[in-house]
Amino acid sequence: MSALLEVRNLQVRVEEREILHGLSLTVNKGEVHAIMGPNGSGKSTLSHVIAGKPGYEVTGGEILFKGEDLLEMDPDERAAKGVFLAFQYPVEIPGVATMTFLRTALNAQRKARGESEYSTPDFLKKVREVAASLNIPQEMLRRGVNVGFSGGEKKRNEVLQMALFEPSLCILDEMDSGLDIDALRIAADGVNALRSSERAMVVITHYQRLLNYIVPDFVHVMSKGRVVKSGGKELALELEESGYAQFEDQAA
Amino acid sequence: MPAELETVERVRRIDVDQYRYGFETIIESEKAPKGLSEDIVRFISAKKDEPEWMLEWRLEAYRRWLTMQEPTWARVDYPKIDYQDLYYYSAPKQKKALASLDEVDPEILKTYEKLGIPLREQEILAGVVRPEGETDGEAPRRVAVDAVFDSVSVATTFQAELKKAGVIFMPISHALREHPDLVRKYLGTVVPTSDNFFATLNSAVFSDGSFVYVPPGVRCPMELSTYFRINERNTGQFERTLIIADKGSYVSYLEGCTAPQRDENQLHAAVVELIALDDAEIKYSTVQNWYPGNSEGKGGVYNFVTKRGDCRGKNSKISWTQVETGSAITWKYPSCILRGDNSRGEFYSIAISNGYQQVDSGTKMIHLGKNTTSRIISKGIAAGKSQNTYRGLVSAHRKATGSRNFTACDSLLIGDKCGAHTVPYVEAKNSSALFEHEATTSKISEDVLFYCVQRGLSQEEAVGLVVNGFVRDVLQQLPMEFAVEAQKLISISLEGSVG
Repeated sequence: MSALLEVRNLQVRVEEREILHGLSLTVNKGEVHAIMGPNGSGKSTLSHVIAGKPGYEVTGGEILFKGEDLLEMDPDERAAKGVFLAFQYPVEIPGVATMTFLRTALNAQRKARGESEYSTPDFLKKVREVAASLNIPQEMLRRGVNVGFSGGEKKRNEVLQMALFEPSLCILDEMDSGLDIDALRIAADGVNALRSSERAMVVITHYQRLLNYIVPDFVHVMSKGRVVKSGGKELALELEESGYAQFEDQAA
Repeated sequence: MPAELETVERVRRIDVDQYRYGFETIIESEKAPKGLSEDIVRFISAKKDEPEWMLEWRLEAYRRWLTMQEPTWARVDYPKIDYQDLYYYSAPKQKKALASLDEVDPEILKTYEKLGIPLREQEILAGVVRPEGETDGEAPRRVAVDAVFDSVSVATTFQAELKKAGVIFMPISHALREHPDLVRKYLGTVVPTSDNFFATLNSAVFSDGSFVYVPPGVRCPMELSTYFRINERNTGQFERTLIIADKGSYVSYLEGCTAPQRDENQLHAAVVELIALDDAEIKYSTVQNWYPGNSEGKGGVYNFVTKRGDCRGKNSKISWTQVETGSAITWKYPSCILRGDNSRGEFYSIAISNGYQQVDSGTKMIHLGKNTTSRIISKGIAAGKSQNTYRGLVSAHRKATGSRNFTACDSLLIGDKCGAHTVPYVEAKNSSALFEHEATTSKISEDVLFYCVQRGLSQEEAVGLVVNGFVRDVLQQLPMEFAVEAQKLISISLEGSVG
């Protein structure tokens, strides 16, 4: 059986500067991978390239998702296929009610997959269930997307979408940034509830702290655009002790 | 090519091909020769069987117009119009008659479907003519339809209900014959014949339009909308509308259509006059989607409109809401004269320009009475290679003690080849006037678009969603069912604006 996500020797440039120099990563269904590394190591670039953000030039290598060439697909196609990126800084969309946004997006994905669109009552029922489990008040869903949301609310809104869209690959980009410990726990609980044998997660983080809540199966250390070390969850604890400095030389 | 343009192109092709069969003779006989002269003005007046005073009124306007210059202050650029090369009177029906929707290009139907237009209205818009109607002589053929459950029977029901309430709602040409005193009392009292180049031209040659009179204390029992939407199509290029809300009355009037509208006539110069007496309220909503020209910027309607409301009585209120998406050139400033004490004026506007469209639009709030208030919310969206200007005047005269205005002008740019401009004029001659002005200009953010597409929306759906959010405050002012159509229209207008 082929891997869910297969990144092979990926090389990526941004405006003439190479950020990823031949990165490889294999993620199977049911696995949770943590990607750690210092600022500027290319963690976020990797997540953006997988999701298809414009502005990155792939100069070498490939990304296969469920055996298909991901780089050939538009970002919305990738979303419909099951790629979900939880943003480090979720954007605000004034005037667009969160509820409207959720329904429009969910139905767009379902339509792209040739599935029937949700009826309004079915949709509302589903959203209410998921929102309740994440401690998201109905009032929040009536507000503009992320408008006036606290950091914690924004991240919970990301998890809400993850739960609603049921993607097969979730990429969590620095989910812990800007969260206090309580907010982090709620968001992490939401993520953990979504762990399943059918779904994989890639958790990108700077700090070990998040991994106390979302315990990974594998940990990869990135430095200067490459994976320099891979291991089990204990690798994260090791890093907490010794820092990233030891890898800087290795990568150079 | 945006769907809208495509549709419009197709409509044109169909029309041109079909035109020569059968109807030419009729149309020729209904058409005055090109050019403008006193004789043409007399011809129009005679055709409409108008009273003598109306002819004199038109002639006075015509003579005045001869002395006037076309204004050049707007930020629009178009080739010089040869006024002697235009038709000023022609039979209303210029579209080809089809027997059923089966004959209509499926692409057009697709657009109608996107807009969610009911089937019967689709027929009317596409120019489908039921055989029964064809023998009906001068009456617009498309509405002369029989007993089936359709818009016409609905319209008839409406008319009965309006009559019961005492509301007069009819073409202004009929009103001139049936209620000449009312028309004479109010016509030209808000937009005088000498007002401006285009309004004066309209006064001389206007073809038809609507007349509404709501008697004292009457709340018009329905939005004057559905009915109008169907009848509006043939009112021609020089439309004249006059709405009077007598003391303590209320009326909501809706003009225009979200479906792409094409017209042989490139120049449109309409005049709309609203009069609200004591404690009366008029709500006037417009959705304008005239042909904007092709993808190279050729063709397209020039829309030079004068719309003005007079809050003549105390505590009166006039509210303009407009969604402007069509026309190659838009020159339009729906305004309020706040004459009565405590009167209120509102202007809510969405102006979208794409391709090579040029929009110069805004409002004037003239505070004359005491404690008059006004509110302006303008949302301009520029895409493609278009230019979008908000131009507004807020003024308080010496006696306008305690007048208040709030203005918010927001512009959104899509792409880097378009322009948004804001030109506000503020004059306060009374020291107690309080005027607030806010303005923002922003570009549609790449990050926001990426967020949306990552959630599964296509690039175009994402733009549509963001723009609809941007204009939400104004959309909310539209009557419910129209707001839904307008929302779809906004998305369709922006198709092809990204990528």
